Amino acid sequence: MDSVRSDTDPAGRRVPLALKILVAGGFGAGKTTMVGAVSEIRPLQTEEVLTAASVDTDDISGVEAKSTTTVAMDFGRITINDEVLVYLFGTPGQDRFWFLWDELAYGALGAVVLADTRRLADCFPSVDYFERRGTPFVVGVNCFDGAQRYSPESVRAALDLDPDVPVLLCDARERESGKQLLIALVEHVAQRRGDPVPAAAP
Amino acid sequence: MGEAPGPHHDWLDGEAGPVVRPYAMTAGRVQPAGGGFDLMAFVVAGAPGGAQLPPSLQPEHHTILAITQQPISVAEVASQLDLAVGVVRVLLGDLLSAGLIAMYEPPAAAELPDDRILKAVVDGLRAL
Repeated sequence: MDSVRSDTDPAGRRVPLALKILVAGGFGAGKTTMVGAVSEIRPLQTEEVLTAASVDTDDISGVEAKSTTTVAMDFGRITINDEVLVYLFGTPGQDRFWFLWDELAYGALGAVVLADTRRLADCFPSVDYFERRGTPFVVGVNCFDGAQRYSPESVRAALDLDPDVPVLLCDARERESGKQLLIALVEHVAQRRGDPVPAAAP
Repeated sequence: MGEAPGPHHDWLDGEAGPVVRPYAMTAGRVQPAGGGFDLMAFVVAGAPGGAQLPPSLQPEHHTILAITQQPISVAEVASQLDLAVGVVRVLLGDLLSAGLIAMYEPPAAAELPDDRILKAVVDGLRAL
């Protein structure tokens, strides 16, 4: 097998480390907006086999030979330095694409779950999924214009989250807000492991 | 029988989608030769001119060889080519088995990045 892990290839070209962070939440919770606010965003097409779950929704009568469907995800890159890249993947908004998540979640550093307080139940599947997998996650309560504001604590209670899961108010349109969510996630990952990330030098 | 199709296809506008079915360029193959490619794996082309290019290569193979002169992740190759990840995996498998690219797998999923890396990520995010 010619797959090896090293920092440089034989020609001396540096092979960076890529970290994967998922951005999840219900349809319209601000996933695309957040990925676009903090990173260079491009679409990524994945083509997946239609499952029984989607056969009900995709009308395939007359095209029974069709067995795959194309799903576009939001895909963003943040260059940390010449050794480390962070890739953001906006998980598909519809539940019927859950089968994509297993590949996405495999090896992920963690996830940001965006919650829309007007439709809080929409983020339940994401929270359930990451809890079951043991994937570290933070919850961002997206404060849409005109939406009634809830405290992070009331959202935590409504979602029945473990006490150590960070819950932050955010505005997915703001780069600063997205940054804070990602920083909270990385710190949460470090804390779960027992080595808090030291605070940045002032 | 119906008429032969004329030169004008009014239905063939942008809404019609791609006119080549995605897996046509892989000759219908859906499994890459030589195993899977993790989205976070990096691929890099061998030294230019270092190997004889087989004549069977599709234009997409050449595009991949051009953009993998520097190490690049599988996800980013798919995004730059604007092709489905499954198609790109098949094309990468061809290039890997022909010895034209090398693949660097990501660290094992159970292996968390060390403290130094997490700290660099936090610092990098703060500096954005």
